[in-house]
Amino acid sequence: MARGARMVPFAGYSMPVQYKDGILTEHLWTRAHAGLFDVSHMGQCFVHSDSWEKTAAALEALVPADILNLKPGQQRYSQLLGADGGILDDLMITRSAYDGHEGWAYLVVNAGCKDADYTHIAAHLPAGVSLRVEADLALIALQGPEAVDVIAGLVPGIRTVPFMTYHAAQLDGVWLHISRSGYTGEDGVEISIPAKDVAAFCDRLLADPRVRPIGLGARDSLRLEAGLCLYGHDIDTTTSPIEADLKWSIQKRRREQGGFPGAERIRRELAAGPARLRVGLLPEGRQPAREGAEIMADGRRIGVVTSGGFGPSVNGPVAMGYVETAFAAAGTSVTLIVRGKELPARIAPMPFVPHRYFR
Amino acid sequence: MTTYYTKDHEYVRVEGDTGIVGITDYAQSQLGDVVFVELPEVGKAVKAGGEAAVVESVKAASDVYAPVSGEVVAVNDGLPDSPATINEDPEGQGWFMKIRLADKGELAGLMDEAAYKAMIGA
Repeated sequence: MARGARMVPFAGYSMPVQYKDGILTEHLWTRAHAGLFDVSHMGQCFVHSDSWEKTAAALEALVPADILNLKPGQQRYSQLLGADGGILDDLMITRSAYDGHEGWAYLVVNAGCKDADYTHIAAHLPAGVSLRVEADLALIALQGPEAVDVIAGLVPGIRTVPFMTYHAAQLDGVWLHISRSGYTGEDGVEISIPAKDVAAFCDRLLADPRVRPIGLGARDSLRLEAGLCLYGHDIDTTTSPIEADLKWSIQKRRREQGGFPGAERIRRELAAGPARLRVGLLPEGRQPAREGAEIMADGRRIGVVTSGGFGPSVNGPVAMGYVETAFAAAGTSVTLIVRGKELPARIAPMPFVPHRYFR
Repeated sequence: MTTYYTKDHEYVRVEGDTGIVGITDYAQSQLGDVVFVELPEVGKAVKAGGEAAVVESVKAASDVYAPVSGEVVAVNDGLPDSPATINEDPEGQGWFMKIRLADKGELAGLMDEAAYKAMIGA
């Protein structure tokens, strides 16, 4: 396998879980320099009509974020919600800034959900608004404190582009859609690029000594330390955005006006507080607590770990999970059941490693 | 001094009536970076094939099974504080425990180095 990759099956794709350096080294490299991730398995599509108002209204019927007030080029995190307010998928929505594409939104959805997402979206779009699935676009991420310096060597305009905004560029005739965002908590970019051009572009990035290839293993430990949700683990059709502590992703106008699936549940949970809440957990000692570990307090089960492992930058175990809201305050002592044994832990604020976004 | 191997990638290096137990270089390469190890208490009686220790990498948790039955007479005390030793020198400094062999006859059921290498395709 090229570059010492160890491959695993993931969402129907064969994916590199790690390259020759191993997860720990890849993780720490990304936090210190620049890590290159191939995330082409994710779904890229456009929702479009002849006006932004029409496209935004169609999307706002599916997600709880304010889409209408996105500025051209601006990107926002949201969730596709079911009728009961459960999360069908989480996604990024970007308003196009291209001339002649004023009514276009660019969406990035999870690999494991994309077929169901496309069916769901297409079934709910009103007349005049269309879905266009892009099968010939690759998606890569370059993350870490040196990532933007590396890209700026090729595309100088990226340097001043703020977090959650995209920059369109042509590099030697290759079209690049570069968004200042990512899934590691670090500054960096995600780049959409025609699939036929991606290998040569990655080779060019990897020729830079600041850049190393990073596998899925470190992608998971990086996003866990950053406190970011992994769909199918930390959020799913049974969790609402309020339970998942994603209230920040529902802007004021939408909280007040509703008009999205599950609005009633979300309004109720905003008013009265949800019954359970996603929290960070710091186990005592060195042993990681992993997905499925039960969370106990007062001699009974109060929740469950949804993601957990060893945080290389924290240099210790980190986890997230759901607990009954009464136990959700930072500092609360709980017990985790790890491999049949009790492991003391406390509720901790997230992220575990400070975000370093460029705003 | 002879070293024997299990199909679960533990080794036991026999010195007299004592077996020094750990995981093989192949095992550590498959696990990846080891971040946690839990060793048994000295004096614990272990059974061949029974759980004897726990090793966790960034990726996953794994049981370490005793290759032979007997009493744990020593453990590598420094290992929990420097679990990376298991990656760096699994069959040397990265040993887990010493077991006083209860039945040397059990060794006949394990693989020698050539058989183990053949199994892992080395």
